[in-house]
Amino acid sequence: MGGSLIGIAAVALMALHGRVAGMTGILTGVIQPKGDWDWRLAFLVGAIAAPGLILLTTGTSLPLQAELPSWAIIVGGLLVGLGVTFGGGCTSGHGVCGIARLSMRSIIATITFMVTTFITVFVIRHMLGGF
Amino acid sequence: MLRLISAAVIGLVFGLGIVISGMANPAKILNFFDVFGSWDPSLLLVMGSALTVTFIGYRFVLKRPAPAFDRAFHLPTKRDVDVPLVAGSAVFGIGWGIAGFCPGGAIPAIGSGHPGPVIFVIAMIGGIIGANALKAAFARKALA
Repeated sequence: MGGSLIGIAAVALMALHGRVAGMTGILTGVIQPKGDWDWRLAFLVGAIAAPGLILLTTGTSLPLQAELPSWAIIVGGLLVGLGVTFGGGCTSGHGVCGIARLSMRSIIATITFMVTTFITVFVIRHMLGGF
Repeated sequence: MLRLISAAVIGLVFGLGIVISGMANPAKILNFFDVFGSWDPSLLLVMGSALTVTFIGYRFVLKRPAPAFDRAFHLPTKRDVDVPLVAGSAVFGIGWGIAGFCPGGAIPAIGSGHPGPVIFVIAMIGGIIGANALKAAFARKALA
């Protein structure tokens, strides 16, 4: 259900706007604009409104909080920002839209970040005993 | 105006998909990757269904001459698998494994009002700006 909605949004963004639904590119295009940023900002506003709409319509507040020390959230955020910029995309851009176009770059990128995420979780939880 | 409303509605659908599927829930993400611990394989279905819908949808959409609100489709043109692609993706995975948020998960999570996603996104924006400054510096060095 949730996964299909992500796919429907990706197809709609291509059909109507001719754009790849990659969160890295959309966010970067708003904070450091090179081309048109207005539709990107509108997309971000819509995405941020999602938890509120769910709360209003169903009364449920979904767990979206990291139970982690702040330093870990900050280090994680910095590494994600650096990584997706050099890597040219993230889970949505490479993992969904890129693989759907059978892009070799996206397939390699997705395999790479899935493997390093797996290793990182293993090291933190099973070798370091968690945070 | 219709173009912006359309982008906002698509963003909302994307965000709903992310939030409902658990991609914005770091605990669920970290359990998905914890194969030798509290493994939660349900995100495989999420990724699988998102990819299947997009794969089939793109086959139809990209046959059309142009999108509704633009003159042409904007598709990535790079083809080469290079060091920045692999190294950057590897670093992204380390960050995802530490914090449990990817960019597409963290942005909708801001709307929950919790401080965690906000702190994460501020740090991530710092990383993006830093990386683009580094890229510009490398490009200047390559020219010199």
